[in-house]
Amino acid sequence: MSASLEKGIRVLKEVIDAPMASYFSSCVHCGLCAEACLFYTETGDPKYTPIHKLEPLRRLYEQEYTLLGRLGKLVGLSKPVTDDELEEWKELVYNSCTLCGRCSAVCPVGNDIVYMVRKFREGMSASGHAPEGIIGAVNRTVTIGSPMGVKLPAVKAQMKHVEEDYGLPIPLDAEGAEYMVMLSSMEIINFPEYLAAIAKIMHQAGKTWTLCSTAFEATNAGMQIGNSDLAKLLVMRIVDGAEKLKVKTVISPECGHAYSALRWEGANLIGRPFTFKVQHIIEVLGEFQEKGLLKTEGFETDKLTFHDPCQLARRGGVINQQRNLMNMIAKDFVEMPDAGYMNWCCGGGGGASAIEEGEELRMEAFKKKKSQLDAVKPDRLVTACANCRIVLEEGLEHYQMDIPVLGLTELIAEHIPDQTSTKGA
Amino acid sequence: MNDMQFLTWVRGTGLDIAVSIFVLGVLWRLFEIYSLGRKPDLAAPRSTPGASGWNTVFRRSVPPPGMMKRSPVSYIGGYIFHIGLAIVVFLFAPHILLVENLTGLSWPGLPSQFVDLAAVVTMAAMVVVLFDRINKPVKRYLSTFGDWFTWTLTFLPVLTGWMAVQHLVLPYTTMLALHILTVELLLIFLPFTKLFHAFTVFGSRWYIGKINGHKGVVV
Repeated sequence: MSASLEKGIRVLKEVIDAPMASYFSSCVHCGLCAEACLFYTETGDPKYTPIHKLEPLRRLYEQEYTLLGRLGKLVGLSKPVTDDELEEWKELVYNSCTLCGRCSAVCPVGNDIVYMVRKFREGMSASGHAPEGIIGAVNRTVTIGSPMGVKLPAVKAQMKHVEEDYGLPIPLDAEGAEYMVMLSSMEIINFPEYLAAIAKIMHQAGKTWTLCSTAFEATNAGMQIGNSDLAKLLVMRIVDGAEKLKVKTVISPECGHAYSALRWEGANLIGRPFTFKVQHIIEVLGEFQEKGLLKTEGFETDKLTFHDPCQLARRGGVINQQRNLMNMIAKDFVEMPDAGYMNWCCGGGGGASAIEEGEELRMEAFKKKKSQLDAVKPDRLVTACANCRIVLEEGLEHYQMDIPVLGLTELIAEHIPDQTSTKGA
Repeated sequence: MNDMQFLTWVRGTGLDIAVSIFVLGVLWRLFEIYSLGRKPDLAAPRSTPGASGWNTVFRRSVPPPGMMKRSPVSYIGGYIFHIGLAIVVFLFAPHILLVENLTGLSWPGLPSQFVDLAAVVTMAAMVVVLFDRINKPVKRYLSTFGDWFTWTLTFLPVLTGWMAVQHLVLPYTTMLALHILTVELLLIFLPFTKLFHAFTVFGSRWYIGKINGHKGVVV
């Protein structure tokens, strides 16, 4: 056994817990999880059945933690997990799983399959079987500070642009601010409108906020690849920043997995509860709307629909806020089939969009999104995740569908009256 | 060994062995699964009505939106044979009498013609889901020896019980003895095969409900 495999197996043995043992013992091979997975429904290939993606982990559980399995191992009846097998499983655990959690939502015996895939990735990564694309993102995160190689000067340049264009201050390292705003690399590079939108929204709400020079990047490649040590390091940067600036709330940007990493995994990764609150920007907007701190004017009149990012809705429990916000600014807001809790993934979550060799499969899986869109034929598609947005744009282009994609936060901000000239209007 | 001796053995020694293995097996399996424990969730919880372990234990018995259409045989066949098995096992008067003799507990049964019908419907549903397993690429792909074996283990007691009551093929005594023997085989293997989901399904549903309930997600 290679040293890396040994390490991977050790990591896997550590992540196996009672829920997982219960899940593996409950599976009756009914195959319903396949019907919930867009990689199966769009390809018809049974190897993409979610529970099958865990087969090496299941065997390891059986061999290490059950009486009969241990007996089998003792007399040489069981098939050990090998490097070759894990290499073969790489495609199943990363390329064809976006951690969207639809399988977990339908399993009749209640198996949380995505919970197990997330843990399986810990062993895959430790044994050296993670895809190159995600490894690249991880390396850039470690050495440069962000998966896309964005450094503080790029953020500062963008801050300056926004300040000039909108005449609104972008606070940096402001101690005691109520909110600390996080960004994703994708927003810094591709969607600068986001920062401007935040400035307008916060200004209108009369809230104090700040960016943090040592923690502006919210994405967490450690979580995607399945490396808790790294994920912890990245979360710690944010925790240190937030505690140094003594903020009340840290706002996760329009990025699904960043939200999961910080909101749900963060405290568990660092081993203690946070001293601040974590909210997704959509939750913050929802709260502002409820309290009357968010006032918009005018409506979009074309037909709009909303794509629920998996980590925000199904995995994060934020479902109503985005709908209330859409209705605030859109006259013709239509829902796609399965929208909300059971929405279908864009096909690029959980790090999948960083895997080059997975692109063909991703485009195949995108047929699901295409059929959802075909059902309502929107003029524009709104979402609240920069990664979904990029993946959606790629898919729409591939299928030659002319549907612009935009972020909800910036769309809301477009309807906020210009405050520099008409303050208080 | 004649028919009567066979019946006496399965009712005596055979039953003792099977029940012992079943009880010890179930206790051991529950221990080896749930003693693994899990780490406390340190993330600040969000509370949503209906998001809890107990809610999910019940909610998962109902198909999520759109799923019935995608796999009707799994759901309808599954409902029928599970409910049918429950009727046949727990509401057949002779079974209740057996439990009463062993434990003193008793409850009203259903007329034997009804249980008879339930047995036939259960077997029919089981045959349909078996064909679905052979026919559907995903199910066939997932299937291992264990799936065919446990199907047989579950089917035989229903078949032999029904045949005994109907006095089909073999003399009643022999068929009854065979029926009890197949039930004993089922008891012996249940804790160590996928049939153990009869116990863990509650734990699994509770865990997924609890873990997601912490996030305020109704699963």
